Amino acid sequence: MHPTDFTLRGALDALTEGTISSVELTQAHLDGIAKLNPRLNAYVTVTAEKALAAARASDERRAAGQVGALEGIPLAIKDLFCTAGTRTTAGSRILDSFVPPYESTVSQKLLDDGAVFLGKANLDEFAMGSSNTTSASGPVENPWSRANDPDTRLVPGGSSGGSAAAVAARLALGATATDTGGSIRQPAAFCGIAGIKPTYGRCSRFGIVAFASSLDQAGPVARTVEDCAILLKSMAGFDPKDSTSADLPVPDFARACERGVKGLRIGVPKEYRLDGMAPEIVALWEQGLQWLRDAGAETVEISLPHAKYALPTYYIVAPAEASSNLARYDGVRFGTRVTEPGSDLRDLYERTRAAGFGPEVRRRIMIGTYVLSAGYYDAYYLKAQKVRALIRRDFENAYAAVDAIVTPATPSAAFGMNEKQDDPVAMYLNDIFTVTANLAGLPGLAVPAGLDAQGLPLGLQVIGRAFDEETVFAVGRTLERAADFTALPRLRAGA
Amino acid sequence: MSYTIEGRTGPWELVIGLEIHAQVISEAKLFSGAATEFGAEPNSQVSFIDAGFPGMLPVINAECVAQAVRTGLGLNAQVNLWSRFDRKNYFYADLPQGFQISQFAHPIIGEGAVEITLADGVTKTIGITRLHLEQDAGKSLHDQHATKSFIDLNRSGVALMEIVSEPDMRSPEEAGAYLTKIRQILRYLGTCDGNMDEGSMRADVNVSVRKAGEGFRTRCEVKNVNSIRFVMQAVEAEARRQIEVWEAGDEVFQETRLFDTARGITRSMRSKEDAHDYRYFPEPDLPPLVLESDWVEALKAALPELPDVRRARYVAMGLSPYDAHVLTLEKETAVFFETVAKGRDAKLAANWVTGDFFAALNRLKRDVADPPVTAENLGALLDLISDKTLSGSLAKQVFEAMLETGKAPGEIVEERGLKQVTDTGAIEAVVAQVMAANADKVAEYRSGKEKLFGFFVGQTMKAMQGKGNPALVNEVVKTALAG
Repeated sequence: MHPTDFTLRGALDALTEGTISSVELTQAHLDGIAKLNPRLNAYVTVTAEKALAAARASDERRAAGQVGALEGIPLAIKDLFCTAGTRTTAGSRILDSFVPPYESTVSQKLLDDGAVFLGKANLDEFAMGSSNTTSASGPVENPWSRANDPDTRLVPGGSSGGSAAAVAARLALGATATDTGGSIRQPAAFCGIAGIKPTYGRCSRFGIVAFASSLDQAGPVARTVEDCAILLKSMAGFDPKDSTSADLPVPDFARACERGVKGLRIGVPKEYRLDGMAPEIVALWEQGLQWLRDAGAETVEISLPHAKYALPTYYIVAPAEASSNLARYDGVRFGTRVTEPGSDLRDLYERTRAAGFGPEVRRRIMIGTYVLSAGYYDAYYLKAQKVRALIRRDFENAYAAVDAIVTPATPSAAFGMNEKQDDPVAMYLNDIFTVTANLAGLPGLAVPAGLDAQGLPLGLQVIGRAFDEETVFAVGRTLERAADFTALPRLRAGA
Repeated sequence: MSYTIEGRTGPWELVIGLEIHAQVISEAKLFSGAATEFGAEPNSQVSFIDAGFPGMLPVINAECVAQAVRTGLGLNAQVNLWSRFDRKNYFYADLPQGFQISQFAHPIIGEGAVEITLADGVTKTIGITRLHLEQDAGKSLHDQHATKSFIDLNRSGVALMEIVSEPDMRSPEEAGAYLTKIRQILRYLGTCDGNMDEGSMRADVNVSVRKAGEGFRTRCEVKNVNSIRFVMQAVEAEARRQIEVWEAGDEVFQETRLFDTARGITRSMRSKEDAHDYRYFPEPDLPPLVLESDWVEALKAALPELPDVRRARYVAMGLSPYDAHVLTLEKETAVFFETVAKGRDAKLAANWVTGDFFAALNRLKRDVADPPVTAENLGALLDLISDKTLSGSLAKQVFEAMLETGKAPGEIVEERGLKQVTDTGAIEAVVAQVMAANADKVAEYRSGKEKLFGFFVGQTMKAMQGKGNPALVNEVVKTALAG
């Protein structure tokens, strides 16, 4: 077996048994990166020397009997997480030379558990996008391709496209990601891997470059549900440095994967049956529900009456917060600064921000500034907050009757790199199934469940109650087992 | 008779409201652990949070919240158990996040009231609209370099309380008295040091004018006035400007102005048209601030005595309302006075503190916090007066010597032999000498020129180098002249 073909769980077992070392595992992944990253562009920064040094240190710790929960496991870190001493760009020119002097809480927790960082994963600029085409470091390519059209390069989804592509192409055993409107679940589904956005507050946001503070949440992507559970266990937990992080114990998520679904009630929101939805997606959803019934769950139709307003609500709330969060990129203290002789302060702002931000980020800053402006605030931002409260209440009502909700993860499989680029609204529709979980702060897991007619992966989504990731993992693992998803992307290490 | 300014068209009334920005006394900043000490090296007290670095998040400092609650309680104001922070968005080089975290819609403290005392002894109640917590910006230095501006972020993130008054003041004096009163209360509470020259307290002054019986006319805001005297001057200057505008048949437009202290006029800073749109919205990085009522009650129970209560207590001790007012203006003065008065005659203590002691402070340009005579020594001097060791005039001599030498009064009396003579025999001997030397005047006195009594007392005291007990000297002179 090629070392990059291990699941994270499998690699942990092999390391424990001594059949492989962290150095060997890390080197195999670095070799894969050297071979495939020039094409996939999944990593913006590869820290090969640091990774090998960390792997050696890990092997020494293991030899000395000090074994962390992720001891020796090579991971990719989305380039939105600040990493001390390693450049952190957020996919933006405005941060292209920014080297943080501090480590994000989530990445520090992974390091504390013995993980090895291979490098920083590409992403849409400031995590804004659903195709990973807005990165200042260039687009990421999906390692999958259409069976009958292998030359059309596909997007990996976004914004965590680099993380998902790296894991799918076996360039990491797992990766950190973040999800503001679907940025973990949509790329996971497009790349045929698993990914969970946990409950808002489960993972600390400290040290993660902010997009929309009330929606952003970190989570893992990995090739199996169990691998996600193992990673999340290490990433999660209360952090006094994030006032919105939840002071709750972190359960053993991996154990919860094996709970099964017997007796669970699974909600099927009727509002998610969209007109014109691809028949393959409808069929996969039906299949998923049948698998759950076969495993002893009951499926129940539920109503989330305000779900149809989720996307417009999201595209008001998220840009509003982003317009404020991104105000700090002004060229004064760090990052890119552009001036001309004679520039005054205003000119410095305008030149720096015009040169530093790409078009999608500029669009969202403008939308956000507009919806918060005097005279428009009530009609847009305030109204959106009210609708958000109603969406949250829809879920509370639903969870009185069901234990989890299952929906498609995305309205389609991965699309071509040149498709949907001219129509922002068509692009925003990618998030239609995922944004509700962000608006309501609920955990959502994407599981690879099948292939479309072109041989591209499709995913199902499990949405749970707040802080009930355990049930989400149990349902997700049941779907994963039934789906027995064994298809592989064409581009992958060790192939 | 209320205060008015006479214009060409007759008298105008003033309407004044103040927004006071008071820096909270706390070890650390409102949302970061960085220190807050005044006068440190530029950019030496800055955390990554204060500098607005990527991924940094605010965490509220409980002590700053406690200080705001104490202040609210001291202003007899409503403490809101649920409040919320908002972002106030604008770009400036010394505002690292591109927004200020403030409380816009739901402040921590609601309505309250304070009583001010004016020079004529009249008291007036001024309404408090609200108090909210917010973070300060950094400081831009434009005078350090020919083409560059420098930024000092030491102040960035320091906790401020903004205290907003109702438009209840009607004269420069009332505005000055209100600001003085707020500063006094904050200093008593220990929630703000009130040092306006260090910028830890500053005021935005809202002024409008009107004819008697009218509603409010358009107001202008004079920003960042940094002394009580300037507040009073700014009120008057701005009121006079507005009167001129109205009387010229023009209209006053709502705008932000600055007070030019050198020229004593206000200047336009920005008009309403180009006012910022601050795009306030709830701060998503901070959950709402929820206070336990038990916690608030505990803060209330531990509040120090406030100036109004202290003043009433002094009046009850027998002090005049004026002395009680003067002695309670500054907490340090009150503490000094109470040390002097402890176990002694309160009125005598008040006379000495407000009289000779204050005069000495003025003359020596010293402060009650750094007094030229300790309260203990001044108390000991009072003891020497009470036990008749010293007469009033001798006491003044000893006090001067205390100022010069810093020594205890007993020591000075001992060294210089300033002890008062209370031996009647000794006084009689001196009086006899004086009468013998002035036989002609004795005759005049006895023939009815009684005004000469003072002459004999004076001559006797002079001969005794001021050490004679004045009452005894009087008595002996009277008896001797009566012959």
